[in-house]
Amino acid sequence: MSVPTTVRVQADPFDPGAEATAFHAAAGPAGAVVTFTGVVRDVAGGLIAMEIEHYPGMTERAIADMAATATARWDLTGALVIHRHGRLTPGEPIMMVATAARHRAEAFAAAEFLMDWLKSRAPFWKKEVTAAGAAWVAARPEDEVALTRW
Amino acid sequence: MTTTLDVLYFAWVRERIGLPRERVTTDAATVADLVAELRAREDRYDLAFADTTALRVALDQALAGFDAPLAGVREVAFFPPMTGG
Repeated sequence: MSVPTTVRVQADPFDPGAEATAFHAAAGPAGAVVTFTGVVRDVAGGLIAMEIEHYPGMTERAIADMAATATARWDLTGALVIHRHGRLTPGEPIMMVATAARHRAEAFAAAEFLMDWLKSRAPFWKKEVTAAGAAWVAARPEDEVALTRW
Repeated sequence: MTTTLDVLYFAWVRERIGLPRERVTTDAATVADLVAELRAREDRYDLAFADTTALRVALDQALAGFDAPLAGVREVAFFPPMTGG
């Protein structure tokens, strides 16, 4: 059975609440809906913007492959991935993952799987812009390690 | 065999080389051969490809290794490790 799966890579902002409501309405007979929203954070202070570059074409394809893997591995009734690119400011949602399943364990596992893979296998690159200048964010070794648990 | 590839650069690789994409006519058999050819061109390429362990490569939009053959490939992309999510 094919599972409703949506992948959107976009410059425009999105409303995580509205997306969650629409996702829930469109998902199949789920007993559990998990949503995760990633937000531009300003941990050190002084972040003016986050610029996100991506590889048009490969990005959509890579995420669709991840979503297909997730729906094959877990008994999901729906999956959604939204990821923005372009210039974002602190506090703005960058990305969102939603999964629906009959039981929560599957929805949580699939959402975590998608998050872990998006971090280091979807072709996005973040650049932090501060008053001191702009710098590319380095990949973290622990994000690579996180993939080994799947 | 001589072939023409679309070569794409992203993030700091793009910045160091100074352009987002170019067409490259090459006899390179593998990604590593292509990298060697590009490095020999100019300092900016040599600098960008100085440490390939810090780079990733995709062939026709799928991740590959630097030892991968280029036969039949149309598009090659070089970029740093991805930082999505």
